[in-house]
Amino acid sequence: MSTSTTGLAALPPAVRKVARPPGRSFWMRLGRHLLRDRVAIVCLVILLAIALSAIFAPWLVPADPYKTSMLRRLLPPGERGYLLGTDELGRDMLTRLLYGGRVSLSMGLAPVVLATLIGGALGIIAGYFGRQVNMLIMRVIDVFYAFPSVLLAVAMAGVLGAGIMNSLISLTLVFIPPIARVAESVTTQVRNQDFVEAARATGAGSWRIIVEHMLANVTGPILTYASSLVSVSIIIASGLSFLGLGARPPIADWGLMLNTLRQAVYVAPLNAVLPGVMIFLTSVSFNLLSDSLRTAMDVRA
Amino acid sequence: MTGADPRDRGGPQQPLLIVDGLKKYFPLRNALGTVSAHVQAVDGIGFSIAKGETLGVVGESGCGKSTTARLLMQLIEPDAGSFVLDGDPVGRGGVTVRELRRQVQMVFQDSYASLNPRHTAAQEIAFGLRVIGKDTATAEAEARQTLRMVGLDPDLYAGRYPHEMSGGQRQRVNIARGIALNPRLLILDEAVSALDKSVQAQVLNLLDDLKQRLNLTYLFISHDLNVVHYVSDRVLVMYLGKIVEVGPVDRIWREAAHPYTRALFSSRLSMNPALRVAAPPLSGDPPNPVRPPSGCRFRTRCTLAEDVCAASEPALIPSPLDAAHAVACHIARAGSGHSLAGALANAA
Amino acid sequence: MYLYVLRRLLYTLPILVGVTLICFSFIHLAPGDPINAVLPENASADVVAQVKAAYGFDKPLPVQYLIWFANVLTGDFGLSIMTRRPVLSEVGPAVAHTALLAVTAILLSFVLGAGLGLAAGMTDRRSTDRAVSTFAVFGISVPHYWLGMILVVIFAVKLHLLPATGMGPSASDLTQFGMEDFRHLLLPAITLAMIPAGIIARSVRATVAEIRRQEFVQTLKGKGLKRPRIFLHVIKNAAPPTIAIMGLQFAQLLGGSILVETVFSWPGTGFLLNAAITTRDLPLLQGTVIVLASFFVLTNVAVDIFQTLLDPRVRRV
Ligand SMILES: Nc1ncnc2c1ncn2[C@@H]1O[C@H](COP(=O)(O)OP(=O)(O)O)[C@@H](O)[C@H]1O
Ligand SMILES: [Mg+2]
Repeated sequence: MSTSTTGLAALPPAVRKVARPPGRSFWMRLGRHLLRDRVAIVCLVILLAIALSAIFAPWLVPADPYKTSMLRRLLPPGERGYLLGTDELGRDMLTRLLYGGRVSLSMGLAPVVLATLIGGALGIIAGYFGRQVNMLIMRVIDVFYAFPSVLLAVAMAGVLGAGIMNSLISLTLVFIPPIARVAESVTTQVRNQDFVEAARATGAGSWRIIVEHMLANVTGPILTYASSLVSVSIIIASGLSFLGLGARPPIADWGLMLNTLRQAVYVAPLNAVLPGVMIFLTSVSFNLLSDSLRTAMDVRA
Repeated sequence: MTGADPRDRGGPQQPLLIVDGLKKYFPLRNALGTVSAHVQAVDGIGFSIAKGETLGVVGESGCGKSTTARLLMQLIEPDAGSFVLDGDPVGRGGVTVRELRRQVQMVFQDSYASLNPRHTAAQEIAFGLRVIGKDTATAEAEARQTLRMVGLDPDLYAGRYPHEMSGGQRQRVNIARGIALNPRLLILDEAVSALDKSVQAQVLNLLDDLKQRLNLTYLFISHDLNVVHYVSDRVLVMYLGKIVEVGPVDRIWREAAHPYTRALFSSRLSMNPALRVAAPPLSGDPPNPVRPPSGCRFRTRCTLAEDVCAASEPALIPSPLDAAHAVACHIARAGSGHSLAGALANAA
Repeated sequence: MYLYVLRRLLYTLPILVGVTLICFSFIHLAPGDPINAVLPENASADVVAQVKAAYGFDKPLPVQYLIWFANVLTGDFGLSIMTRRPVLSEVGPAVAHTALLAVTAILLSFVLGAGLGLAAGMTDRRSTDRAVSTFAVFGISVPHYWLGMILVVIFAVKLHLLPATGMGPSASDLTQFGMEDFRHLLLPAITLAMIPAGIIARSVRATVAEIRRQEFVQTLKGKGLKRPRIFLHVIKNAAPPTIAIMGLQFAQLLGGSILVETVFSWPGTGFLLNAAITTRDLPLLQGTVIVLASFFVLTNVAVDIFQTLLDPRVRRV
């Protein structure tokens, strides 16, 4: 061992302790940064509250979300023990709003998660292999990009027919192209760095390099971008239900509730706009959270 | 550790690697996306690397040094060219490209970009070891051992990410990653160029030390002539994708025959006043490698250029005085048609 | 440069062909026999045979597509099942109505977004800046169909200031546009303007803040800080991105106004699309989608070329 170049052994133990490697990974640093962001914390708390109250709705509110009553239709909030009033069929609004979070939140998250998996994979493959593979994948993606997002979602859902499954498919289709584009451009950037060349120089196969070297470097930007789509997904998904193309009655879904309560807007405006408040709250929270995530990523970079 | 290397099949006289007719043109696309021209990055070069030597490669930025390195590493496909590894032809019927790759490793210039920012030093080194079939625990242990070999205490550095190390430390990790795979040839592409002078000296010492201990052969690429002089046994001078001169380091330093080499040396602060007078320093930039000049590529910047230089391309031929010293210049070859032909060789 | 513009234009052709392919596949994606998808259930055998021949349903898929594609090229999207009129004659007026809405919304969003963005960027008061940022996030996050409902509640139901739904009396002839039409236009246009206004406000604010930072550095170097100069600077730098955003958002609005049109019963493409879906009028659906997507593609290309002409360094694709 060439002592001339190390000199480490000569260090006293105390100094060694100070010089102990932080060894802090990217995700740990990112998490720390986010935890110091007040807006992010507030949004996270709101979203957790909505999610948890949706999951544990049966234990939180005693009412049955499907029990109708002709006598108690469109009661204003606070009346006869209905904290948020009743809907056009006399069902408890609070109960339905909490239950509604199940479908609405899932429909915000599921398409983005699916699209991130599919679009991310397509983009990474296109970016890593380049040339003809890239051509083939990205040109098809470009075609789907030729549709305004709402139009594509509505047309697909309209063609496939109403239902949660079909609007899930349509929304996933809407989000695959933008995610694939981001994934492709990030992957192309990372792929041209020397460490990928160095990895190839070891003789490693493409898949191994993608899994062990590319993924860790591209997931951050891809997830940040995908997170900004959750808010859009919630709005469009609820929009599909609002058009009668998503969840079907009597399921509790914020968009569908807005739809069925639309006629009541003249009689009981407060009840009619309540489901929108939930959509808005969720969408704003996801938007701000995504902004915080992006800032955190920028700062640590 | 010095001794008979079981991989040594051709004996000490057989060059470790012989390269011939190596060529790489990069396609350029126009706005319509069709290939409109080619960058002639490496244009038909041939050389050999002897076992245990350090072959220095010098030349201005963009002359094709890195492209040559990447071609040797098999990171990019050559358009033409053949390799002979320790006497065995590479390719059909001989050694596989994979086998060649296994015996060659590379250290890049940018110590930061060449380390995965999401991997610790140990992970980075262990990756290659796992690729060649070692299990995770063995790879991890060997990675730590290799860190020690490059002068980094594994207890302190194994768990560090690239941004938690200095440039010199990162470059040690890069070297460790290269030698961990036990290559016979290590390509160092501007490996110390980005480091401070004092750190540079330490890393050069380390490289020297590793070379002795591991029986390594180096291809040392650098634009820093002093460093090349210090480490090399032989030097290869490149200009616009071609080799213009190659020979033992001292001979090149004292008696450079090619006007380009001379100009290159005079642009550095030479200790030798004779050399400074002999050639004016280089002026301007090299011509566009997409459309290189006809004949001798250096002629557009050469003060001694004549008609013959534009008409025909000078071949790389051994000097009559020293067979190990080859030059590609009409002046160096008697009867080439240049008015100074044969004169310069004697001038020094 | 011109080569780039040419390439960009040429590239739209395969994209548009791709668009027709996707729209063609709608017939086969729809549940049930494609014939039923194209025809109402009570269609006579006569009509069934006629349509079968027209679509070439007995032939292999690629042939079917080519027949259909050839028709589409000549502007023939078939007959609407609902009205039995040529699809194009249904789509035409609807596009005009949607365009009227979208143009108004974009202009509104420009006034709103650029105004707020400038205010936020030029002020030194944190509270103003905060307020504008909050507005921007609000504009981007609000479900606009819900916002439309709220505006109806406030301005139509409570205050009786504006009509709740529908288009003014000149719906069939836009040259007769008058005050009553304008009153009908206001609420849906404001609703639609929210998203682009938020985006424009953000972008303008960032540009202005950046320029002021630079100007501040200049001031430190001894050059005077003159308000008019800053303003000129701001206009010059903020205009290209703002125009680009407006172009792209306009394209999005053309195809994305379906929800707002439904809320306000606005007789545009969204309304048409909704009708086509509920009556399973596939030719009408295909025609509307193709026309809207084509507008979208062309607007995007125009924005792209515009940006390239302004700044050749911005080259995408
Ligand atoms: N991937 C590539 N595509 C196109 N041109 C390239 C590529 N890599 C290198 N070149 C060009 O090839 C020439 C040689 O480059 P390089 O080998 O990196 O030079 P050096 O390492 O001597 O500075 C340069 O003109 C460079 O622009
Ligand atoms: Mg180089």
